[in-house]
Amino acid sequence: MSSLGYPLIEKIMTENRPCERATNGALEEAQPVSIYRHHPDVSRRNVLVRIGAGLSGIAAALMGIPVIGFIFSGFSKPTYARAWVSLGAVDQFPERETRLAVYRNPWTRPWDGDTAKIPCWVRRIDNKTFQVFAINCTHLGCPVRWFPDSRLFMCPCHGGVFYEDGSHASGPPPRGLFEYQYKVEGGNLMVLGGYLPTLAEPL
Amino acid sequence: MPVLRTMARWFEERLHIAQLFEATAGHKVPSSTNSWFYVFGSGTLLCFVLQVVTGVCLAFVYVPSTDQAWTSLQYLNHQQTLGWFLRAVHNWGSNFMIAIMTLHIAQTFLFGAFKFPRELTWISGCVLLLCTLGMAFTGQVLRFDQDAYWGLGIGASIMGRVPLVGAQLVHLLLAGPIIAGETLTRFFTLHVFLLPGAILAIVSLHLRLVLTKGVSEYPTPGKIVRKNTYAVEYEALIRETGVPFWPHVIGKDLIFSGAVTVAIAACAVAFGPAGPSGPPDPSLIHTAPRPDFYFLSVFAVLALLPAYMETFLLLTAPVVGIAMLMLLPFISGAGEKSPRRRPMAVLAVAMTLLTLSVLAALGISSPWSPVMDAWSSIPVPVRYLDGRSPLERRGAALIQSKQCRNCHALDGSGGLRGPALDGVARRLSHDQLTRQVIQGGGNMPAYGKNLRPAEVTALVAFMETLR
Repeated sequence: MSSLGYPLIEKIMTENRPCERATNGALEEAQPVSIYRHHPDVSRRNVLVRIGAGLSGIAAALMGIPVIGFIFSGFSKPTYARAWVSLGAVDQFPERETRLAVYRNPWTRPWDGDTAKIPCWVRRIDNKTFQVFAINCTHLGCPVRWFPDSRLFMCPCHGGVFYEDGSHASGPPPRGLFEYQYKVEGGNLMVLGGYLPTLAEPL
Repeated sequence: MPVLRTMARWFEERLHIAQLFEATAGHKVPSSTNSWFYVFGSGTLLCFVLQVVTGVCLAFVYVPSTDQAWTSLQYLNHQQTLGWFLRAVHNWGSNFMIAIMTLHIAQTFLFGAFKFPRELTWISGCVLLLCTLGMAFTGQVLRFDQDAYWGLGIGASIMGRVPLVGAQLVHLLLAGPIIAGETLTRFFTLHVFLLPGAILAIVSLHLRLVLTKGVSEYPTPGKIVRKNTYAVEYEALIRETGVPFWPHVIGKDLIFSGAVTVAIAACAVAFGPAGPSGPPDPSLIHTAPRPDFYFLSVFAVLALLPAYMETFLLLTAPVVGIAMLMLLPFISGAGEKSPRRRPMAVLAVAMTLLTLSVLAALGISSPWSPVMDAWSSIPVPVRYLDGRSPLERRGAALIQSKQCRNCHALDGSGGLRGPALDGVARRLSHDQLTRQVIQGGGNMPAYGKNLRPAEVTALVAFMETLR
């Protein structure tokens, strides 16, 4: 009866053949008629189907695993994306002022275009001490703007406000501004860039 | 035309089109479904077809590359023959598609069409809704301008709130740790290959189910769906009142689809294409990103939720909402179909539409956002300065230069984030005004560190004249 070894498929194949059912007459007592019943080489077919299915399964895995790996390669955290980049000479940042600086994103593709120009806010506290803030609001990543007269950062999206030291002043942001690690090297201000700062991965 | 007839017969003998046509367009539907309420499904499908046609045309020219996409959009708008029109139709087609799809969902929900035995039709429709919203978001990104760039940042920031795998999800969304070259191609693949492919497949399933389970009859109050008798009853209904969809019922669908097409074309001609806004250069920070209208309600919710429940609701509400939609046919799979006997269903639709519209309307005005240039572009009204002392006028100047106007309106103009300052002296005493300026509070930053005492005195002196 189960010539294919798959009772469900067998059942569907036989039940959906009304003409055979009709010629078969008394259906309630008879065995369901298999379309394979009249073939003598059932066992050979059986083996071929099994080999074929197994081979196809292996082939699918061989092709499928690299495809899935390709698609989800972004799911891992590429640590090499982080790199020190220069914001320029320290002299362009006057003491006790906050200025916009732009660096070229170290995580780069040849067709990046202007999207690789990443802005950040540089606050020079004194000769040696800096604070470099990410442009992205900690609420949802919109670009915060510095207002030197009121010494506040304001976000145009949902109204988050931060003080000059980056701490949260008002509005929905859950924390103060993201702050870059920085160092001064050869008269240049360097920051560790390459990531879009989010709550999961602050700078 | 015997030649044509012979040709037709030749093809028919090989393709059996008549049989296929009879089994699909000619399938029998209850005559009660010959109603204007039943035109939204075909209307949505028409929009999808329009989107495919215009989308394929746009893909002839559009360059899915971060350094060229914006330029190619400008080229489409200004140089490519009729490029502006196809971009406009694609944009308005998406708006109409979401609007008509919403009507289709509301109608099938109100008419109880999701009940037994059409559970799978409803669920496949829910998946289509998600795919369409996915198309809306990815399409907005392909219009690669400032709004798209910062919109991606918002998407990434939401992903970044997912516990444990937040960072990985950000990288998956952006195809890397930051918005860069591969981000746009990722969204292009989703928008042009994966999601439309999924939609085609699921639409086929959706339509197949319409054929196998029939179109849900126009509900009659008191006519109950019972799982053990419905199939027989529906069969009887088709036997008694069934009419072939073609040519008996399709007329209204054709009229509606035609009207929708004309409306889309009219909107496209009248309002033109959407954007692109400024170039996607993140160093141009003088921008206030806004989403397209279908995401304005989400944008509004993100501003209005209290901070302590924001992340929780942001991550759970969509899951719960989608689960509720999908499980609906299993929660309420039998019983009354008519909206006249299902007041809660009517109420639910009304509340949902009302909530979404109110939030979207708020999203358009976004009163929570500071008006970033109010301090320099909207002066203090002259009558507020007439006859004021020098100290008070100094205060009026400070109200401008210290960006107070970004959040506070005077005489109806300025930011709405904080209360308007007209009449503020009626609400607050001299000491309260001073305290509020220095210490802030109630969602206002403390200005104590950023103002000299003399400046505080001047500010308060001016505000005391606002009665």
